[in-house]
Amino acid sequence: MAAPIPMSPFPDLLRRIALVLVLATAWIGGPAQAQDAPLQDLLSRLAGADFAETARVVEALAATGDPAAAPILEALGEGDLFYRRSDNAVFIATRGGKGYLLSDPLTGEAAGEAGRREVAKVRVNNSLRRAVRAAIGTLTLRSPDPDIRRAAAETVLKSRDPEAIDPLTAAIEVEADAGVRFVMERARAAATLNSGADDAAKIDAVATIAAKSDQEARSILLAATDGASDSLRQVLDEAVTAVERDLAMWSAAQNVWYGLSLGSVLLLAAIGLAITFGVMGVINMAHGEMVMIGAYVTFVVQEIIRNHAPGLFDASLLIALPLAFATAGLVGMAIERGIIRFLYGRPLETLLATWGLSLILQQAVRSLFGPTNQEVGAPSWMSGAFELGGLTLTYGRVWIIVFALIVFAVLILVLRHTSFGLQMRAVTQNRRMASSMGIRTNWTDALTFGLGSGIAGVAGVALSQIDNVSPNLGQSYIIDSFLVVVFGGVGNLWGTLVGALSLGVLNKFLEPYTGAVLGKILVLVFIILFIQKRPRGLFALKGRAVE
Amino acid sequence: MMLTDRFLRLTGTSGLILLACLAAAAIYVPVANQFIPETSAFHVSTASVVVFGKYLCFAMLALSIDLVWGYCGILSLGHGAFFALGGYAMGMHLMREIGPRGVYGNPVLPDFMVFLNWQELPWYWYGFDQFWFALLMVVAVPGLLAFVFGYLAFRSRVTGVYLSIITQAMTFALMLAFFRNEMGFGGNNGLTDFKDVLGFNLQADSTRIGLYLLSVATLAAAFLVCRAIVLSRLGKVLIAVRDAESRTRFIGYRVEHYKLFVFTVSAMMAGVAGALYVPQVGIINPGEFAPANSIEAVVWVAVGGRGTLVGAVIGGIGVNLGKSYFTGALPEIWLFALGGLFVVVTLFMPKGILGLLSRWRRKKAPAETEARTAAEAEERA
Repeated sequence: MAAPIPMSPFPDLLRRIALVLVLATAWIGGPAQAQDAPLQDLLSRLAGADFAETARVVEALAATGDPAAAPILEALGEGDLFYRRSDNAVFIATRGGKGYLLSDPLTGEAAGEAGRREVAKVRVNNSLRRAVRAAIGTLTLRSPDPDIRRAAAETVLKSRDPEAIDPLTAAIEVEADAGVRFVMERARAAATLNSGADDAAKIDAVATIAAKSDQEARSILLAATDGASDSLRQVLDEAVTAVERDLAMWSAAQNVWYGLSLGSVLLLAAIGLAITFGVMGVINMAHGEMVMIGAYVTFVVQEIIRNHAPGLFDASLLIALPLAFATAGLVGMAIERGIIRFLYGRPLETLLATWGLSLILQQAVRSLFGPTNQEVGAPSWMSGAFELGGLTLTYGRVWIIVFALIVFAVLILVLRHTSFGLQMRAVTQNRRMASSMGIRTNWTDALTFGLGSGIAGVAGVALSQIDNVSPNLGQSYIIDSFLVVVFGGVGNLWGTLVGALSLGVLNKFLEPYTGAVLGKILVLVFIILFIQKRPRGLFALKGRAVE
Repeated sequence: MMLTDRFLRLTGTSGLILLACLAAAAIYVPVANQFIPETSAFHVSTASVVVFGKYLCFAMLALSIDLVWGYCGILSLGHGAFFALGGYAMGMHLMREIGPRGVYGNPVLPDFMVFLNWQELPWYWYGFDQFWFALLMVVAVPGLLAFVFGYLAFRSRVTGVYLSIITQAMTFALMLAFFRNEMGFGGNNGLTDFKDVLGFNLQADSTRIGLYLLSVATLAAAFLVCRAIVLSRLGKVLIAVRDAESRTRFIGYRVEHYKLFVFTVSAMMAGVAGALYVPQVGIINPGEFAPANSIEAVVWVAVGGRGTLVGAVIGGIGVNLGKSYFTGALPEIWLFALGGLFVVVTLFMPKGILGLLSRWRRKKAPAETEARTAAEAEERA
């Protein structure tokens, strides 16, 4: 079986990479700065050079491994490299002034002007242009920046050119960065599978490729199946099956992750409601507006920081958290004292009054801040992403999940292990008895409602990172939140946790099959039917208290 | 004389006043529109006729909510869905009636389907070219949805707030569904550009006055139907369910059957209101399903006076008059006013405007007061 030469633009480049790698192994890994002197020598050789000499210089430039050589090579490829007839000095020139504007190719500084006849172009032909492109590729592979080396190796991984095997072997030997070496080894294995190597070498290569299960591995293995011997084909088939199984697993894991991420958002929005609705039995339709207030507190904090202390921007969310809790909590207590306490025992009236309140709060925010979306920035520690196996996780989402769980844990601790939590539970379970024991039930009611609202405000800080901060922010969460609490079981915080996360995951697992909107509709229908089956939710409170 | 007595019993005093007002409005508005010159202060412009017709539809929606909430204690936050479904059924007929006069000139497919490159009419659009079929669907679709939904919910004894929340989820799910282009109901834009109904041009003054009169008559009829239900033996059971559901069940009534009946009737009534609404405003879109609309309709009832029927009509018309005024004159203030109305009504006027009126009357006749407050206290407990 002859080694097939793939139809790709890379072989020429790779041959040169190989050559240069062999020539200049000693350079790799060493410091690559402060080598202007050899560059300067090479540059001066370009003045008036013929094609053969220029080609030699290009190779030598690539061999330096110096990033400073890249602009020279680029200019040469573009035909922007000129030399001055008077002193043979080489410049990058652009049209302008009285003829050309010159700049120093090494420093990029302007170097005056030159008339049209004072300078001459360093001439290039097509094969030289190819050589230049190849040399630029080599420079990237041998760059001191591991990211650039990795990109070069990944290019080989895609081209799978057998010619790249030797240079890659050489590069792997000296590569210090384990991650980059891994990519290089995979690239070499891919090239081996594509070459005329014997089966033993290929079976080794299969193992290397299958070590990481991604789409790339699958397509490399599938491509290698063509014309493989029986024994090799068997190994390949097994590897493909394994890779596909892994891929399916990772894709399921990614869906779970998206689901958990959505679930944590639902949890944040619903957890305050689990207190006001679940524990107190108050239907607070203005709950979403507490979330909105939290988001606007974040906005105001960031505005102040932007204008007065830009250095604190990364801490803006941490500063906003207690403020949002306090603001929303105070508004909540005011609502409880002003309206809700007159409506205890009349849940439907409470629903209407708090809905009215939510309209007032929305309009108040709209009048204060305007109807448009406000810009809330993400601190640096919340932007970016990282890979975990086959998963891509964004830091923002990770933090929101962590944050939701922390809020949940703190809430559980407060309810279980503080005297306020004890009083709160006592008042919920038996108001008159609690009152007889000296608990100020009115005050406890107000504090409980304030706690639920404050947590909604804290949720608003987190949601400001992933949603538009506008007066309508709260409305988009209120229905979902109620469904989560009802689904999980009223009066049960763990039910809210399980309800939020399972609804989030369910939603994300439906999405690939149905699309986002239909998935959401199906979830709603599911909840409606579920409530028919279990009117008290997943984890119903048992006993006489429920009636 | 027997007949008059029975009619008076059916309407009640306030109902009679309401019907008289409706009759007066039915006579005055068309006359003022057609025969009083535009320069006069008493003239009613055609645009206003349409607006009044719209209010009457809202009043009918409020009436249907009062029937289930005021008399059976079912607070539905999804009645807007039944209203919109009725509207869509009518809108589909009006779409079909456009025929080849659409922008794309397709004799069968509505414009939006041509735009989406659909080749055939979806099966659920069949029959809507017939007016009688559309009328049937106007009551059948909301009725069927309410029946299925109510059957499931009442059978498993989902009550109170839980029912309110899942009705809200229902209308929310429908809104999302109707926003989808693939559903075949015009997606985001809904159904619009109607030309005529039964051959009458929808833009003509005469058609608009005709629709207005039809709205008045339907509202009056719906009011009488509600009164008839409420005054019947069945109505007494409904009130018993509202005030003490468990006790009624223990006495031996199949509570869920009564609830299901009244819920379905109410949904059909809301559907009819929607069907009258659409030809007058000339558009129906998924926004009508928005949960906020349903809650707003509940507030109309609360403002007018829950459990009075007449109050629902007053609330439906009154709040919308206020809305038109505020959104025109002081758009910033409207949501404050509406929100404030919710709070004030629930806190200080639990019986709405009619409650205030009757309290005022009671002050004039203090002898009656004691008996009534006792009855009221019992009702609340």
